[in-house]
Amino acid sequence: MTSAHASVKKRRMSRLAMKEALAGYLYIAPLVLGLSLFYILPALASLYISLTDWNGFTSMNWIGLDNYANLFSDDRFVRSLRNTFVYTIIVVPIAISIATVLAVMLNQRIRGVTVYRLIYFLPVVTMPVAVAMIWKWLYHSEYGLINQVLGAVGLPTPMWLLDQRFTLLSIALVGIWSVFGNYTVILLAGLQSISSTYYEAAELDGAGTIRKFFHVTLPLLTPSLFFVLVISLINTLQVFDLVFMMARDSNMIEASRTLVYSVWENAFQFTRMGYASAQAWILFILIMIITIIQMIGQKKWVHYQ
Amino acid sequence: MALSPMRKIILHAVLILGVAVVATPFFWMISTSLKTFVESIRVPPTLWPETLNWGNYAEVFRSMNFGVYYKNTIIVTVAKTVGQLMLCSLAAYAFARLKFPLKNFLFLMVLSVLMVPSQVVLIPKFALMRAFDWINTYWAIIVPGVFSAFGTFLLRQFFLTIPGELEEAAKIDGCSIFRIFWNIFLPLSGPALVSLSIFTILASWNDFLWPLVVTTTDDMRLLSIGIASFQGEYRTNYPLLMAASVMATLPILLVFVVLQRYFIEGITLSGIKA
Repeated sequence: MTSAHASVKKRRMSRLAMKEALAGYLYIAPLVLGLSLFYILPALASLYISLTDWNGFTSMNWIGLDNYANLFSDDRFVRSLRNTFVYTIIVVPIAISIATVLAVMLNQRIRGVTVYRLIYFLPVVTMPVAVAMIWKWLYHSEYGLINQVLGAVGLPTPMWLLDQRFTLLSIALVGIWSVFGNYTVILLAGLQSISSTYYEAAELDGAGTIRKFFHVTLPLLTPSLFFVLVISLINTLQVFDLVFMMARDSNMIEASRTLVYSVWENAFQFTRMGYASAQAWILFILIMIITIIQMIGQKKWVHYQ
Repeated sequence: MALSPMRKIILHAVLILGVAVVATPFFWMISTSLKTFVESIRVPPTLWPETLNWGNYAEVFRSMNFGVYYKNTIIVTVAKTVGQLMLCSLAAYAFARLKFPLKNFLFLMVLSVLMVPSQVVLIPKFALMRAFDWINTYWAIIVPGVFSAFGTFLLRQFFLTIPGELEEAAKIDGCSIFRIFWNIFLPLSGPALVSLSIFTILASWNDFLWPLVVTTTDDMRLLSIGIASFQGEYRTNYPLLMAASVMATLPILLVFVVLQRYFIEGITLSGIKA
């Protein structure tokens, strides 16, 4: 009697479980199929295309690693790699430093924190194409606001975007302007999660503001800093919009072509799809290596609460 | 630990300097957009236009299909946002709350998409659009964008925080799985859904590389592409270019300012910006 009852119950349970599993598959099916079709399969296809001489129209011929071998004797590509690194090395440390200082300041007991935070965030959510337009105008060598101000106070007025020594630097400054607010918000959230007991303990030990910053704030902020470092490197290595807008029509692209620009250019200007795919994979591998190095390196400097 | 007045003044001074650095380009964009061309290249420049020349805004609509770009951008943004909300919330609910074989494997598969830079899939995705004959259609701009691994991850994290008692009670009452999702989980997830919406709206509104690749005709352009091509034709007429920039950015900035609370919560929840 009891065993019959149990088995009925078990069968009912398993029917429910079956129903639940079916619903689960049904609910995830559109997403999983879509991601497979538009992301996962294309990622694999791109690896394959990078091993062919495909031009986007005629049939693909397998050429093994030729594309990859050619990359490093291609001056343009090597320069685009160099430009990408230079851009990243300018943007990432400066943006994170500014963000850290601002976040620490916003974490004090002062008025207007939400207003400051909102204003700093505006560039982050502004269309990059429009940001590039605004800065092109600010950088204008004759009529731009920057040179008008510099000229008025008797300082040198460089050509900015039009001087190939400064093109990449000028774009990088815009890159910093566009992202520091994002890092400020993330770091501020990190600071706010630091328990006040740490500060109270430090105060009991007689630590001043500076000591508290270096011995409490900074170590406990390292998880957020680590996170910001990882995403900022990933995003900065993929810079495209600003370069496209600020250097393309003025023939300054040689001084500022980045990796993603090179991918776009090879694929959609020169129809060298195989070659462009190889460059995209170099970017992917680069990002993976840098991220893995950071994951390993973090053990040395990141402290968790 | 109250701050001394001197300390407060220094703090505000630095923070306001930051505000000036952020605000000046926006101010200059708006100021220039209302100047005549002649006034825009005056040396020394006028800080604010002598007379407000609103004609630049009308001129933008006359000299390019700005209305069409607007319409396209709004259609694409709305479609992508609605699509993501539906697909991601359903999938996120299943990943967070339902039991089924291979769940963890499938979720890892979804997460793996987050690792791949979008440029890696750019070329095959473009080839796929061409095979579907979707180039220069809304389909190409919208459809690949409604499947979001990030959105699924974000909503799953949120659904995991909802206590299980409500669900258990509903199950005992014989509520169907879909009704639990629809009547219990969605109403409780307002903030997370709004925060995903803002991420999607912004990313979609500001997107450039993908629409650049899949559209070639003027009538399919989005605002970002329209402005980029406008630059080529009117490269020195900055009042016009600034008027176009104001119109392309201001509406979305207003949306952001109104909803920013949720957005910043979303950043803290997920730690990621799309």
